[in-house]
Amino acid sequence: MTNSKGRFGVHGGQYIPETLMNAVIELEEAYGQYKRDPAFQAELTDLLNEYAGRPSRLYYAAKMTEDLGGAKIYLKREDLNHTGAHKINNVLGQALLAKKMGKTRLIAETGAGQHGVATATAAALMGMECVVFMGQEDTVRQALNVYKMRLLGAEVVPVTTGTATLKDAVSEAMREWTSRISDTHYCLGSVMGPHPFPVIVRDFQAVISKEIKQQILEKEGRLPDAVLACVGGGSNSIGSFYHFLDDRDVALIGCEAAGRGIDTFETAATMNVGRLGIFHGMKSYFCQDEYGQIAPVYSISAGLDYPGVGPEHAYLHDIGRAQYVPITDDEAVEAFEYLSKTEGIIPAIESSHALAHAMKLAPQMDKNKIIVVTISGRGDKDCAAIARYRGEDIHE
Amino acid sequence: MNKIAEAFQNGKAYIPFITCGDPDLETTAKIIGEMSRNGADLIELGIPFSDPTAEGPVIQQANLRALAGGVTTDQIFDMVAQLRKDVKTPMVFMTYANVLFSYGAERFIAKSAELGIDGFILPDIPFEEKEEFRELCDRYGRDLISLIAPTSENRIAMIAREAQGFLYIVSSLGVTGVRSEITTDIGAMVQIIRENTDVPCAVGFGISTPEQAKKMSEAADGVIVGSAIVKLAAQYGRDAVQPIGAYVRSMKEAIGGKIR
Repeated sequence: MTNSKGRFGVHGGQYIPETLMNAVIELEEAYGQYKRDPAFQAELTDLLNEYAGRPSRLYYAAKMTEDLGGAKIYLKREDLNHTGAHKINNVLGQALLAKKMGKTRLIAETGAGQHGVATATAAALMGMECVVFMGQEDTVRQALNVYKMRLLGAEVVPVTTGTATLKDAVSEAMREWTSRISDTHYCLGSVMGPHPFPVIVRDFQAVISKEIKQQILEKEGRLPDAVLACVGGGSNSIGSFYHFLDDRDVALIGCEAAGRGIDTFETAATMNVGRLGIFHGMKSYFCQDEYGQIAPVYSISAGLDYPGVGPEHAYLHDIGRAQYVPITDDEAVEAFEYLSKTEGIIPAIESSHALAHAMKLAPQMDKNKIIVVTISGRGDKDCAAIARYRGEDIHE
Repeated sequence: MNKIAEAFQNGKAYIPFITCGDPDLETTAKIIGEMSRNGADLIELGIPFSDPTAEGPVIQQANLRALAGGVTTDQIFDMVAQLRKDVKTPMVFMTYANVLFSYGAERFIAKSAELGIDGFILPDIPFEEKEEFRELCDRYGRDLISLIAPTSENRIAMIAREAQGFLYIVSSLGVTGVRSEITTDIGAMVQIIRENTDVPCAVGFGISTPEQAKKMSEAADGVIVGSAIVKLAAQYGRDAVQPIGAYVRSMKEAIGGKIR
């Protein structure tokens, strides 16, 4: 594997059709140049601060801490960003990069719709054309986000192939990219896909842990004992972990969607049930059958409903630097309701997976310990679905 | 001379593709026999994958139909073992990297070699990632086919210099599927290939009519046809054997080849 780029241990690489190779090489070169360009970085920081509302708050959840009776809990409020999730951090970076590269059109995949809305937002802001691919099933689960994307001027293409969810939206976006490369940038939403995407998306999301570190040092004068975040492809979690990777005393815990449980087929907990494989441009862990057919996965959360995980997470799992725990639908829904009632914060159902683990972990820890939980997004989009989950017949 | 090189010794090579197990392996075996008798010089056997990202709707659906019917890699190996008693035409597997990788790449390639499969086309393995599979192919005397795309440009020479078997020229941007017009300058791509290797080259993606096949074969050493055949398989199901045979014959004749 002499020429292979973008490896995290055995994971990563560039497993894509030849048609896309020059496109990813061009992207890698452009990113390498702009990453070191102070003007680009200043422009991006200005967008993040003035437009997206950064830095996001690190909020001490006093009532939750008191109620659980253990470690102090801080919430990293990515839900307060413009468009309501962490996705905007990456999208503003990639859209700005694409614009510098002379691209006039952004395409994206989306699961819950948060990345699609963020991409449509950045496209509107920067005067670019935008097409979002979204699984047919997800367009039903997240109808409001579909409307938002259209309102923002994007075209939403419902994907009916395969399981009609996030993985099929990724496949369709990749197919679209192979048919139109010269003016189009594929704005991938997570730390996955072929190199350089896992690195680019991580770098743009690393602002989360950079801020957590500064903020917790200001508030507590020390680093946290654990940082928790949900993991689908893994962008908000790698962003939350990145600046703590060398701080060995900080436990890093990724919370996967176990759906109805990791002993059932209705799960999306890749680290817990998946095997090493090659798919969507990368070598990593995937939920698959014995012949390598990608498994149809399930989670109540459209944003975590993906059969793979980013290659850097797979590596952090291999070397034991991060731990990955499964959280069921039931646990996530309970956490969703708990934070709403306890702190008056309605979290995204994705983020509720991380909260659910914090609820298990905090009571087992001493009161002088500190946990940071990243609230990757706001939960307005999930209210109707959770109501239905609880048996209430409401529709958006 | 290896078997793939032989496929290019009978005038312009005609290379049909079929998705194994669509609608069932019994029909696939008959279709392969019929292709062989009607002038196919090399046959591409598609092993279905759940998420074929380089395929257009026609072959995607064939993959899903085959998997829904329960076809597995082991069953396809069994079919090839039976088939090889009668069919001597060179054959390659076309599938996605994960199908090999999850089976155990060495176990897969060794088994394929034992069955008389001559090479592999893996659309999600570009030049940069090929070593992992190429070393195993070399060990078992098989060819790993490289692809060249309309966007390859400065990469064509590099890919051509390390090519084995034949070079698969992707005629158009996008995914597999029938196209009314192919606008890529295939001649210019072939010229760069010729400057760098003696390995033959065949054009695929979007070719469906005898006229297109004739035009493409003039620029290259052979033509590959997939979606148009898979469409016939979808249309006729278990009765697709005769129509596909007739179609293969018409295409081979269109490129001026003799039926062996």
